[in-house]
Amino acid sequence: MRSRPGWTGAACAAALLAMIGVRPAAAEALVVSISTHRVQINSTYTGSELVVFGAIDSDRRSVTRADPYAVVVTARGPRGSVVVREKVPIGPIWANLSQRKFVDVPATLAVLASRPLEEIATQQLRRRLRLGLLPAAAPPGIGAIGLDVLSEDSFTNALIRLKREAGLYVEDPRAVTFLTPTIFRAPVPVPGTAPVGTYDVEVSLLSGGVELAREMTSFEVGKVGFEQDIYSLAHRRAWLYGSLTAAMALMFGWFASLIFRRD
Amino acid sequence: MQIYLPIAELPVSIFLVLGLGAAVGFISGMFGVGGGFLMTPLLIFIGIPAAVAVATESAQIAASSMTGALAYWRRRALDFKLGTVLLVGGIIGTVLGVWFFNAMQRIGQLELVIVLSYVSLLGTVGALMLVESLGTLWSARRGRPPRLRQAGAHPWYTGLPLRMRFHRSRLYVSVIPLMVLAIAIGFAGAVLGIGGGFLMVPALIYLFRVPTAVVVGTSLFQILFTMVAATVLHAGTNQSVDLILALLLVVGGVFGAQFGARAGQNIKGEHFRLLLALIVLAVGVRFAAELMLQPQEPFSLGATETRR
Repeated sequence: MRSRPGWTGAACAAALLAMIGVRPAAAEALVVSISTHRVQINSTYTGSELVVFGAIDSDRRSVTRADPYAVVVTARGPRGSVVVREKVPIGPIWANLSQRKFVDVPATLAVLASRPLEEIATQQLRRRLRLGLLPAAAPPGIGAIGLDVLSEDSFTNALIRLKREAGLYVEDPRAVTFLTPTIFRAPVPVPGTAPVGTYDVEVSLLSGGVELAREMTSFEVGKVGFEQDIYSLAHRRAWLYGSLTAAMALMFGWFASLIFRRD
Repeated sequence: MQIYLPIAELPVSIFLVLGLGAAVGFISGMFGVGGGFLMTPLLIFIGIPAAVAVATESAQIAASSMTGALAYWRRRALDFKLGTVLLVGGIIGTVLGVWFFNAMQRIGQLELVIVLSYVSLLGTVGALMLVESLGTLWSARRGRPPRLRQAGAHPWYTGLPLRMRFHRSRLYVSVIPLMVLAIAIGFAGAVLGIGGGFLMVPALIYLFRVPTAVVVGTSLFQILFTMVAATVLHAGTNQSVDLILALLLVVGGVFGAQFGARAGQNIKGEHFRLLLALIVLAVGVRFAAELMLQPQEPFSLGATETRR
């Protein structure tokens, strides 16, 4: 059984939020469940989808909110570094002369909401709560001013645009659906090109422009069976794997010459 | 139908990859070239990471040149001695090339190196071949006999020390220029995922006057072993060889090559070279267009390196 860093992360985040008093004394609690904690990549894997279910547990039944509940589900893939290059003209040639390396970017990102984010929270709050593609993709340490700078930055915008075009970043303001006024579901896409690793899921409950509750969970994407065998052989016994691949290639080449021999 | 590639870490359509393998195999069978200079760019074009495309393509070239070399060996159209000398140089070049490949990958400039090299290499070689074969065709049409090998007129580099006699190719040349050629092509092969047949064959014909009867077989023999070395070295040092992708490419390529070889027998020598020149040039132009035209999207993403 692998450890689930997501849980400890959730605990830390909850403690931190409690300490700095971001969360108001809300009457609601969130209960979140995920349809699977392990997405398995086998030879027919072309992407997957899992479902996050949530229930809003309101201990004071008498409380009535003026605004309806809004839910934002943010699923982040493993963080890693990625280089964004920009083509710049030099004479007749366009070359990737300018580049920037982003060191702490989620490989995939899905921001799913029950309503458009602009209706759910102010920009200030969205940035503080890391709701939306840019705030969710930014490194954890960055502040509101940093996000302001990033939102104007052409490389950061290109990163998010290209990730969206590749289907790795998704923003869907209608993906979270309420089954009853207090129970919701959100389908989280896992693209075919998603890397293996731990994916964190944050669920945020808002109403009237304030966050009422936040819960975290996580799931793993991993290779299984033949795919995993090949992957580990290629990495642990690299020379053996290379020799096997070369031998296979030669064998096929020889077979072909036997099959198609004409003389 | 999709299949997940365990090393490239993405799903691809089986039929697309088999089809690419067959199409490139057809061309490679027709011209006796490995086809890597077409296949590697195509793989990058369909979204395979450049490192995986280059490393995996070497396995496919090994397979297709195995078939080709066996066919030429049966016809005795192969100079083993010349092939072995070239092979030694090829292996040295491959080791250097894989080292350079890994170094470029570490500093994050591998893709740039690959694209720039393709443009300059294919553009130059394609243009040279085109000019040469058009010239041959032109003088043939005007009724002038093509220039023949002149007795006694040897280029200076064949007279360097360490001369060796190659009976099968009717050559008596220094090993040094042969080695330099093989090292250069082996290096390019490992970095670009090409066998180098389209460089080796014309170089042997024009620079060393190797008879056309043995040149393709000898080149295939050399490519075969160089690419086996490249596959093992890539797999051993950068883990970028994808077995599943290699398998699909090999199967597609093997069939394509058989039909290509039959088609190739009906083409005349000069036309043959002109066609090959046009194909090489077309791939070069495709890459050059990417460099010259104003891109709609000036930004591009490199591969995401996640911590495991």
